Amino acid sequence: MPDPAANAPTLSLTARLVIGLTGLLLVGGVALSFAAFSYGKAAAREAYDRLLVGAAQDIAASISVVDGAPVVDLPVSAFELLALAEDDRIAYQLRGPGGQVLTGYDGLPLPPPGTSDTLLYDADFLGEPARFIRIIRRFAERQFSGQVEVIVGQTMRARTELAVDIIRNALGGLVIGGLAMLTFAVIVVRRALRPLDRFAARLAARDPQDLTAIDADLPREVHAMVEAINGFMDRLNRQFSTMKSLISDTAHQLRTPVAALRAQADLAADEEDAAHRAEIVARIHRGTVRLSRLLDQMLSRALVIHRGDAVRRERLDLRDIALDIFETGDHRDVAPDAEVRLEVGETPVPVLADALSLSEAAKNLLWNALAHGVPPITVGAERAGDSARLYIRDAGSGPPPVVRERLGARFSTGEDGSTRGTGLGLSIAAAVAEAFGGRLEMGQDPNGFCVSIILPAGTSA
Amino acid sequence: MTRLALRLASLAAPLIAALAAPAPALAQEAVEHFGAPDAPRRIILRTTTDIAILAPTVRAFLAARPGLGLVYEQWGSNDLYTLTQRDCASGTPQADIVISSGVHQLVKLVNDRCAASWTSLETEALPPSLRWRDQIWGVSREPAVMVYNRDLVPPDEVPRTRFDLLDLLRPEGSRYGGRVATYDIETSGLGFLFAFMDAQEATTFGALMEAFARSGAVATCCSAEIIAGVADGDYLIAYNVLGSYAAQAATANPALGIVAPDDYTLVLARAAILPGDRTNSDAGAFLDFILSAEGRRTMTASHLTDPLDDADPDPGAESAIGQRRLIPLGPPLLVITDKMKSDRFLTRWRQAFSR
Repeated sequence: MPDPAANAPTLSLTARLVIGLTGLLLVGGVALSFAAFSYGKAAAREAYDRLLVGAAQDIAASISVVDGAPVVDLPVSAFELLALAEDDRIAYQLRGPGGQVLTGYDGLPLPPPGTSDTLLYDADFLGEPARFIRIIRRFAERQFSGQVEVIVGQTMRARTELAVDIIRNALGGLVIGGLAMLTFAVIVVRRALRPLDRFAARLAARDPQDLTAIDADLPREVHAMVEAINGFMDRLNRQFSTMKSLISDTAHQLRTPVAALRAQADLAADEEDAAHRAEIVARIHRGTVRLSRLLDQMLSRALVIHRGDAVRRERLDLRDIALDIFETGDHRDVAPDAEVRLEVGETPVPVLADALSLSEAAKNLLWNALAHGVPPITVGAERAGDSARLYIRDAGSGPPPVVRERLGARFSTGEDGSTRGTGLGLSIAAAVAEAFGGRLEMGQDPNGFCVSIILPAGTSA
Repeated sequence: MTRLALRLASLAAPLIAALAAPAPALAQEAVEHFGAPDAPRRIILRTTTDIAILAPTVRAFLAARPGLGLVYEQWGSNDLYTLTQRDCASGTPQADIVISSGVHQLVKLVNDRCAASWTSLETEALPPSLRWRDQIWGVSREPAVMVYNRDLVPPDEVPRTRFDLLDLLRPEGSRYGGRVATYDIETSGLGFLFAFMDAQEATTFGALMEAFARSGAVATCCSAEIIAGVADGDYLIAYNVLGSYAAQAATANPALGIVAPDDYTLVLARAAILPGDRTNSDAGAFLDFILSAEGRRTMTASHLTDPLDDADPDPGAESAIGQRRLIPLGPPLLVITDKMKSDRFLTRWRQAFSR
């Protein structure tokens, strides 16, 4: 019983993207809020500092020297200018040369020491935070020589209000923009993922027997996934058809020999002559031996094709396969008289394949050679450039070309119709060679007729 | 001329005394208790307004509030200013609400952080020019008018504008010489305010001051005194008299004629503040009552507000309305309270009247 949670879908891609984007927007939003905050404060400060500068200059301009003393005719316009910051209190002070207050508020905070004639600074005005400006006007008259300081200040209500306003507008825009972006992102993500939904729907609607490749217009990113699924289905399909053909072949191939055996057995039952019966029994025996070999081969072919698809390839040395076949000595049972030799070199012949399939294929080739060829028979392995070769050679001249063309097809036996071969051996060898990316090759060489399984050479271990 | 000089001398003596003494004794002009004597709560109202004028409004306010009493203290505007400033400096406000015609002084008090905030539907309904920082509110609408004696000034000589007044004073030996009165701006905060606003408003004021000086006009104290002088025939015309007092007097004495100058008419909105850091909610309620429709009705009966001033300005209606110049409550009034500025203004005034 599988754990249902293990197979439950994890968070949807849309949700992941939305969460990611929300995080991104939040981080961006916080950063932008800080920016808006400092911008709003700076903008408000600058705007209202201009009022202060204007008013202070206005007042400074209205200072005149009367009877040897500086006198200011406080201009209403300066106060009207400052009153543009509607709800803010106004502080002002005029200081003569000795620092004595000429007019205005006593005890206003003085600017930090500085040489500049115009100086803006923050300080409290009667317990409320305020912004001040100090400007200096210098006189060099006959009656009066010295400087008059003008200090003008204003509380910060309008500044704060403007700053808050700017910040609020900026944040409002930010929130609306963020929400719009999120909405668009969701729409875009859903659109982008729609092919996947389509793909899933198509997969779900598929007939369980349908193992053909899925053909969907899919984005590159999921193409690999579909390829894998198609590959998987392809293997499934092949195994499925192997199984089908195995069953049908088996039925087909067994019918005739079994019918023959039955006929022989009937014959034997009715035969009264003992010598005759012994001959029939011997025939029955030969028939069963052939039948059993046929069965062996059919099973091994099925096995080989199955393994070619299903078993993980490993790094092998073809020399080991050749040695293995030579040493197992199955051939001695089949043809005890034939001479079999081993021909391997010093260098490894590495391939990526399945040992069992390869030995099965090579054994079949060996049997073929024993059955149809001329001894001595050589089993060998060698490396030729990029390819590795496992071969079985006999000293004969091989089958005639007409037969060679048909060789390898299932159940095509030698031209003589002899009962010694089932026609499966070459077919198995060819199937194995193909399963591992190689081919089966037959040819005449100076030493005789040679059948080789040629595989791409692997890197040596 | 001698009369004026005498008057000035007599006025200067206490002024000098006041400047010399560190804490001059301030004298309230009148006091009256309203409401039940044993009322558990009471508020103190200090105002420059005559008790008789504001009393109906106070009574209407208290009628609906049995547990509340009100102490009505009447003060001169300069004394009231000094007193409230002193309270503010010591941090112990005595009054719960201060209403003064010396609006520039109250603006200064607000700027000095001597007033508490109060917001309500009534205060929010005020135009922005009659409200500053939610700490000062314009509660009345009183034009500065010319008052004349109908028996002594023939109808064709009644001045409709300041130019008319100038024309009356121009001829050598005019019978109006020495018989035109106005506030002495040294003792009357309101007179100073009107004079200053006149100086801001038009160049006419320079010519007017010169004409006053040349013809020997009288600068004297207090609306009641001036109006009484006109009624008695001591003065033929009084310039820049507060319309509320004039109208009140005119109902009693048909000999008094009132003219709102056609060139422009200054309109004063008496200002109210709630002194201290914290608002007494009863004082706030009183403020709301004054500003409410009901309070306004009683004030209109006392000529403290003019229904015309509340009407929406309609260009097709009486042209006089368009010439009304409401004195806005705001920081520009601080200029009037500047010592150097007011000294200069007073010096000019004194020079004109001492010639």
